[in-house]
Amino acid sequence: MMLLRIKETFPPAMLLTFALFASLPLWIKGVGLYPYLGVEVMIWVIYALGFNLLLGTSGLPSFGHGAYFGVGAYAFGLSQLYWGLGLWGSLASAIGAALVAGALVAAFISHRRGIYYALLTIAFGQVFWFVSIKWHSVTRGEDGLLNIRRPAADFGVFSLDIQKLDNLYYFCFGAFVLVIVLLWRLVRSPFGRVLAAIRQNETRARFVGYNVWLFKWLAFVISALIAGLAGGLFALAQQSAYPNVMSLHQSGFVVMMALIGGGMVSFWGPVVGAVLFFIARDLLGAYTEAWLLWYGLLFMVIVLFKPEGIAGWFQNVRSKSPA
Amino acid sequence: MFEASHLHKRFGRHVVLEDVSMRFEPGRLSGIMGPNGAGKTTCFNLLTGRYAPDRGSVRFEGRDITGLPPRSIARLGISRSFQIMNLFDEYSALDNVVVASPEMRRKGFSMLSSFTGADAAAEVLAKVGLSGKEGVRAKDLSYGDRRALEIGVALAARPRLLFLDEPTAGLGTEATARIGALIAELKRSVTIVMIEHDMKFLFGLADHIYVMHWGQVIAQGAPDALRANPWVQRSNLGALE
Repeated sequence: MMLLRIKETFPPAMLLTFALFASLPLWIKGVGLYPYLGVEVMIWVIYALGFNLLLGTSGLPSFGHGAYFGVGAYAFGLSQLYWGLGLWGSLASAIGAALVAGALVAAFISHRRGIYYALLTIAFGQVFWFVSIKWHSVTRGEDGLLNIRRPAADFGVFSLDIQKLDNLYYFCFGAFVLVIVLLWRLVRSPFGRVLAAIRQNETRARFVGYNVWLFKWLAFVISALIAGLAGGLFALAQQSAYPNVMSLHQSGFVVMMALIGGGMVSFWGPVVGAVLFFIARDLLGAYTEAWLLWYGLLFMVIVLFKPEGIAGWFQNVRSKSPA
Repeated sequence: MFEASHLHKRFGRHVVLEDVSMRFEPGRLSGIMGPNGAGKTTCFNLLTGRYAPDRGSVRFEGRDITGLPPRSIARLGISRSFQIMNLFDEYSALDNVVVASPEMRRKGFSMLSSFTGADAAAEVLAKVGLSGKEGVRAKDLSYGDRRALEIGVALAARPRLLFLDEPTAGLGTEATARIGALIAELKRSVTIVMIEHDMKFLFGLADHIYVMHWGQVIAQGAPDALRANPWVQRSNLGALE
């Protein structure tokens, strides 16, 4: 019984993911890549998993989600540059700012669904993007915020110098583990199951007594605050924040990661999608500048022939293979 | 127990319900019948909060529930099933019932705990004849089983008043008999209001029937009294259309 519970809380896929990323600095150079790629992938996995709480779990298509990633990145930088906050304060600002932005936007859109919901998320996303470019005195326009510091991560009993790449990597890995464990738990909790019920049949959910609006609002807020955390980590890693992270095509990347990986049918879809995206960028990108064209074609092929994505294909193979 | 008084509803220029009053007594099965387009489902939608009436009132156990949203009405102990099936298709039969249970509703905002509720849900499934199919996804069930699950989901909330919208729609003779036996059994413990096209089915179960046509109640009474009513006979044959 105890063993079953542990397996439910930490399934093999989760342990495999953690093992892979925990050991990544040891082997990544051996396959011709570089450790910073691991930092990028983990940040985008956090972002994509949070996004998939909306798209995959709740069935809510947010196509302007880069806004909350960007709000997190800017809040991280601004809280350092204007208020001199340290790492924890800056990260809290990133999460808090994205939470507030998400809460406001969700209040306007949570009574909608389908195409209207999607269009409103794009519209609000564009508003944030536009503000980041035009509010020059605060956001520094198209240049964005540069020279964001990487303050030490003070854990009380010890301090981690995250100027060093290895330390930065494992700092991000800590956030990565925390988000995955909490989100895994969340999608299996009563809250997550109600979100999935709303995705399947919003009308019935309403008639069995759920406040659908509030659930949709909360799902958006949680997703936005996770995007904010990812944005904060991005600003920390890149030491900059700029409008491009809020742009429509950047918002599209996270949608592609979730769908190509199979976020509609599996919790792990966005992890697969994010890893594949960065492998495509770095490996295909080494051969052709038009790597995004090929990646876009892959997206089209998957949407047309296997909308459940790679995780869906994997599930099919596993169900057909003899036990 | 439940009383609707002088309900009016129009969509644009089209009057759908006009001065409809109904009263459902506890422990009885009340039926609503009438030809297609008579306003039966709109009436159900007004009674269960899907639409708010333009005029009139709805009271449940003395409380005015006019215009309350479906979730508030459900929380008062009123459940409904749908003519066009409304299930959580990706969920198993068991999970369909679990999600609709009051325990799950109470824990709905719990984000890190776990809740199974499997035992109580399995009992509901046994009641509607779906034992052994707990793990089958709703979309993979046969049409008759989906109809039974539709009632199971409504029952999961342990309602005091159950609205059933054409529970035998699209069913064959055998499946209709099965649903009939189920409703006869439920009638002992729950107050039921049922829309039904199948006169024989309805007359065999109901204690009181409202006959609707042109958005109005044109007759009401016990099944025996209504059988002889010429308006009812003509209405059912479509002669008034």
